[in-house]
Amino acid sequence: MKAALLKVALATGLMAGVATGATAQPKNVTIAVSIPAATHGWTGGVVYHAQETAKQLEKGYPGLKVIVKTSPDGAAQANALDDLMAQRVDALVVLPFNSDELTDPVREVKKRGTFVTVVDRGLKDPSIQDIYVAGNNAEFGRVAGKYFVDNLKEGNVVVFRGIPTVIDEERVSNFEKALEGSGVKVIDKQYANWNRDDAFKVMQDFLSKHPKIDAVWASDDDMALGVLEAIRQAKREDIKFVLGGAGMKDMIKKVIDGDKMIPANVSYPPSMISTAMGVTAAHFYTNAPMRGTYTLDAQLITKDNAQEHYFPESPF
Amino acid sequence: MTETVLRSGAERRKSTIDMRALSPFIALVALAIAGALINPDFLTASNILNVVTRSAFIAIIAVGATFVISAGGLDLSVGSMAALTAGVMILTLNSLGGADMSTLAVGMLAALALGAMCGLANGLIVTFGRIEPFIVTLGTMGIFRSLVVWLAAGGTITLRNFELRELYRPVYFGTVFGIPVPIVAFLVVAAIGALILYRTSFGRHVVALGSNEDVARYSGVPIWRVRTLTYIIQGICVGIAVLVYVPRLGSATPTTGLLWELQAITAVVIGGTALKGGVGRVWGTVVGAVILELVANIMVLSNFVSEFLVGAVQGAIIIIAMLVQRSVHRGR
Repeated sequence: MKAALLKVALATGLMAGVATGATAQPKNVTIAVSIPAATHGWTGGVVYHAQETAKQLEKGYPGLKVIVKTSPDGAAQANALDDLMAQRVDALVVLPFNSDELTDPVREVKKRGTFVTVVDRGLKDPSIQDIYVAGNNAEFGRVAGKYFVDNLKEGNVVVFRGIPTVIDEERVSNFEKALEGSGVKVIDKQYANWNRDDAFKVMQDFLSKHPKIDAVWASDDDMALGVLEAIRQAKREDIKFVLGGAGMKDMIKKVIDGDKMIPANVSYPPSMISTAMGVTAAHFYTNAPMRGTYTLDAQLITKDNAQEHYFPESPF
Repeated sequence: MTETVLRSGAERRKSTIDMRALSPFIALVALAIAGALINPDFLTASNILNVVTRSAFIAIIAVGATFVISAGGLDLSVGSMAALTAGVMILTLNSLGGADMSTLAVGMLAALALGAMCGLANGLIVTFGRIEPFIVTLGTMGIFRSLVVWLAAGGTITLRNFELRELYRPVYFGTVFGIPVPIVAFLVVAAIGALILYRTSFGRHVVALGSNEDVARYSGVPIWRVRTLTYIIQGICVGIAVLVYVPRLGSATPTTGLLWELQAITAVVIGGTALKGGVGRVWGTVVGAVILELVANIMVLSNFVSEFLVGAVQGAIIIIAMLVQRSVHRGR
């Protein structure tokens, strides 16, 4: 029975291989994808895009099998890697929970000869990875800063920080660097933990404290939503716009609709997992060299290009 | 100065209990004065109303926690429970669709019912399962949180009907005779809570259970029923808090209500309720919740605390406030 099934599988694999032409070689490849569980909006987007891409790739490359596995924390992810390796996979695409905890488990995977693609959060030892796909946090801050310089020219800005992490520090310091020498001034900064409720509270306090605020860098779409509600409650007219970031669908929708308070957004796409999976699959099915580092631009999203960043089906 | 005022006149004859009950209020006044010195904007009506309104969720939840804790229990699941209840309430509203009062009423009932059910589950597992409430509610905390993450598929549960949202919005942003609705809500909840805890036999049973379970049992207190009821009250309070929370941002996310359980417990303890049970102070709890929010507000309004150190200063202020309270009733 098993043998029969195998024959059928081989036959279909071969047939499909013939059908797709000479460049795509018909072979059976298994790619494991290990990502954090959907514990907040952005990782929710990662999970969605990983699952969608898995389906598309399996359709596009005959013989390819993609296993997507989510884990609620770093330790669980290390265990999940063990389980995945037991299934004999050819490649691993991993978005590590954190660099410290997962460097060694991924190294173990690599030692078995598995092809390793790392996404977003880099490992402590970059020699482990064959491919590294990352968003650009410094660029994220720079693009946002440039937007303020170009569009506000001068005025007072309040800044919302996320959770104290390297990501946050890179974004904020590059934002401030981009403002240097311009008339735009940061009058206050506060952590709001990438959280709507916290941002609402902090914005209420900023509004009490500062009689004139020209614009807000919320630095994240969740925080931007809290900020907007606080401004609406205070009925303040002095704030010209709020710039969020990460490309949440609700916010992109506002950009498309031409909302005056939300004229733009800066991308930090959760779909970078799709990029990583695509490149990894291509490594097995094409002859082109794929190894290397891929840095995705943090793009300024305005009304002109918002449509291509709009994923109404995604939870994020 | 406050001390001399309190010692004179009628106050002198009163027992230590009253002095202790007053101390959270004294800490509140001291903080308000500190706030005014740090930034004159602190005392503007809009700022004070903002802060007290914001403390409503924690205050309402903490009134429930006062019951659980004074009966010698603990509930760590309230933050997750709030997130789950908010999520389910919004999903209910979305599926009903219509922008009218009856839709809203059904959604609100769903929230209260779910809160009560969650509380009942906690209570039954604690009493019938004879498991430490710390472990039980730590477990349900994870369960409730995962359920909301699952319902939201990791994203956000948003109230989709814009008209319904506008209809519901005044429940957070509206006022009654100039007082924001959430403040009215938590005053009413606290008044009912105080009435139950101080003026009913159930309230006395709660305190008796918290001070000594064995004595309470031999005195004929229906221990299981009383204990379970405290968790149900906690659940209903979470439900009420959600009713006020949802109209604010019209959404629930996997981070909604994160760490609210700690804030609620802190508010209860600042208010003078003993963490080991046996003493419950509803009004102190409410003041405790306001104090917590006030400290956060003062931090943002101050110009000299770096954003990196806010947490440290906040922690220090809470400890100092407790020390001041303690010295007030020692110095008596």
